[in-house]
Amino acid sequence: MITEREKILRRIREALTLSAPFPGEHGHGLGNKAHGTPAPIQSAKPWLPAGGETVESQIEKFRLASTDLNSDFQLAASEEEAHHILAETAEREGWKKVATHRGGLCDAAVPKLNLPVMPTDDGYDVLEMEACDAGITECDALVAQTGSVLITNTSAGGRALSILPPHHVVLARLDQLVGDLTDAFALLKTKYHSRYPSMISFVTGPSRTGDIERILVLGAHGPKKLTIICY
Amino acid sequence: MKAFVEEFKEQARVITRDLRHRGLIQTALRKYEVARDRRKGAFGNWQMARQAAAEIKYEAINHLDTYLAEFADKLMDRGTQVHWATTPAQAREIILGIIKSKNAKSIIKSKAMTAEEIHLNDAMEKAGYEVVESDLGEFIVQLRREPPYHIVFPAMHLTRDDISALFEKELGSAPTREPEELTMIARRALRKKYITADVGITGANFAIAETGMISITENEGNARLTAALPKTMITLVGIEKVLPKLEDLALFLPMLATAGAGQTLTGYNTMYGGPRQKGEIDGPEEFHVVLLDNRRTELLADPEQRDALHCIRCGACLNVCPIFKNVGGHTYGTTYSGPIGSVITPHLRGLQDWKHLSNASSLCGACTETCPVKIDLHHHLLQNRRNASEQEPSALERFAYKGFAFLINRPGLYQFAKEMGRLLEPLHKMVKGSKLDPARSWTSTRDLPSMPSQSFKEWWRNR
Ligand code: SF4
Repeated sequence: MITEREKILRRIREALTLSAPFPGEHGHGLGNKAHGTPAPIQSAKPWLPAGGETVESQIEKFRLASTDLNSDFQLAASEEEAHHILAETAEREGWKKVATHRGGLCDAAVPKLNLPVMPTDDGYDVLEMEACDAGITECDALVAQTGSVLITNTSAGGRALSILPPHHVVLARLDQLVGDLTDAFALLKTKYHSRYPSMISFVTGPSRTGDIERILVLGAHGPKKLTIICY
Repeated sequence: MKAFVEEFKEQARVITRDLRHRGLIQTALRKYEVARDRRKGAFGNWQMARQAAAEIKYEAINHLDTYLAEFADKLMDRGTQVHWATTPAQAREIILGIIKSKNAKSIIKSKAMTAEEIHLNDAMEKAGYEVVESDLGEFIVQLRREPPYHIVFPAMHLTRDDISALFEKELGSAPTREPEELTMIARRALRKKYITADVGITGANFAIAETGMISITENEGNARLTAALPKTMITLVGIEKVLPKLEDLALFLPMLATAGAGQTLTGYNTMYGGPRQKGEIDGPEEFHVVLLDNRRTELLADPEQRDALHCIRCGACLNVCPIFKNVGGHTYGTTYSGPIGSVITPHLRGLQDWKHLSNASSLCGACTETCPVKIDLHHHLLQNRRNASEQEPSALERFAYKGFAFLINRPGLYQFAKEMGRLLEPLHKMVKGSKLDPARSWTSTRDLPSMPSQSFKEWWRNR
């Protein structure tokens, strides 16, 4: 018996026996390349919004994008200062309990808060996580071009930790800042090779919606606040 | 049942006179335009980026068999179950089968136009399951029991007061004029559903062949939750969504965000490559991907319009379309409205039934100019018109054009007709637009240009 997969693939092959005009070449006849057509584009990188060449310009871009997105971007001069910023945030927001995961940056920072902590690494209760005031995670990269935080479920304590609690706090090192999305995908490739985590996410600002009269509201389903502490 | 064309005309007639609707849509789209233009300005070269995107989709669609097989194989390698459906009925059956086998009771859904296409919610509700839309806009239109108004902004046609009244009636919440408060009402109502849902259903914006991943673009985080909490995750995706490489997203994600909503990047762009893997903390135990054809292969077989499968459903062509802005999303009566809907619906649901959408166009070309993947939209509308009349020529039109050709080829007769026209013109003024007027369908809403007192030929002779 032929499977549905085979049937669909066969129909596709049959359909593709006729060739279609190349993009931008409509009206030149089917399958014919117009005279003097430029060669196909190899990389779109130069046409996209720029990510910045130097670290300084990347920081500047990330900062601008963060303001635009209503993310709270904090650049600290030292680890100590970063921990201080985290503690201040906890106090200002009145956190009572936080959820986090194991990792170099989190292990060094979170215990200093002196708050009850729920780690996700060995399994967790969803209701308990929902009741936490913040989810503190690490990340894979920060993207200057877009102001995004690149996380995976292995770098950021699973799929839910960064989306369920009302405040997502990201701890990142300055050398994790990359220029643009192209660089971010290249980094993922080197880091995970062919064994990508089952979830990869570019988090660009806190959760938002414009579904009511196109008026921006933060915290639609995910976190109302996104804080990025970089050092 | 009334013919689709009659329904279209009737609704269009009503809504084009609805000034409240017009005001709402214009305000919303003006905001969009300002934001979009600002983002476009940040691109190194928007036109080249469009060309690059079009070329990548061209590669993907014109080698669809290879990429689709690669996509499915890579997904299966990591424990995803891949299903193939030719028809909407098959897709519904597959999805209902999974839900049944899981003994599921409640289902949480994040926005998926493919699910609208196959009327999935209806089918699940008929089978006795509770289905909740989690995207705020979709949640609102679901409560109103109507289809989404726009493929990207589902509740664009409603004011905060409409929504407040709706929530008051359906959820028992207190009335409010604050969009923020309304959003929080929905957030609270839906949070409970997330915690208890057994199955999560999503759509996908892209299907990455190279790595076997789906990619979902959203602002609210509802798809992220849908893919994190329920034990079973089902993704319904059209076969045309394929991109060859993961890094192609570095181009497509910003293009989609800019063209679709005037954002640099949408809030969450997430790639899923399987269910929870060994050693991972959470995520669904089972991940099912359902690949839907639903006559996409027929569109593929038409090389002239094959590029309509490049569509990334950004909605930009709707936002710039003068017809859409006047008649609104619901008038189309289709899952996909606006220019792209007018192009593909005849392929998906029958040319003769839906050819009127291709006629309802000024052919201004704004859609083609704005489309981030360079689909030749307005020429496709023209081609649909041609194909429709080749398939079923209109006797009246033929007769009219034959008559015109006859007239124009006979100078004496033409001269006579001209004189008659001048003679009768004052009489026409008396019946203009009334039942007695033979040109009523034109003149009831428009003026006829008046006949010049002297023709070019006459002027030339007397010069
Ligand atoms: S046809 Fe082009 S502009 Fe219209 S929704 Fe599709 S990709 Fe966007």
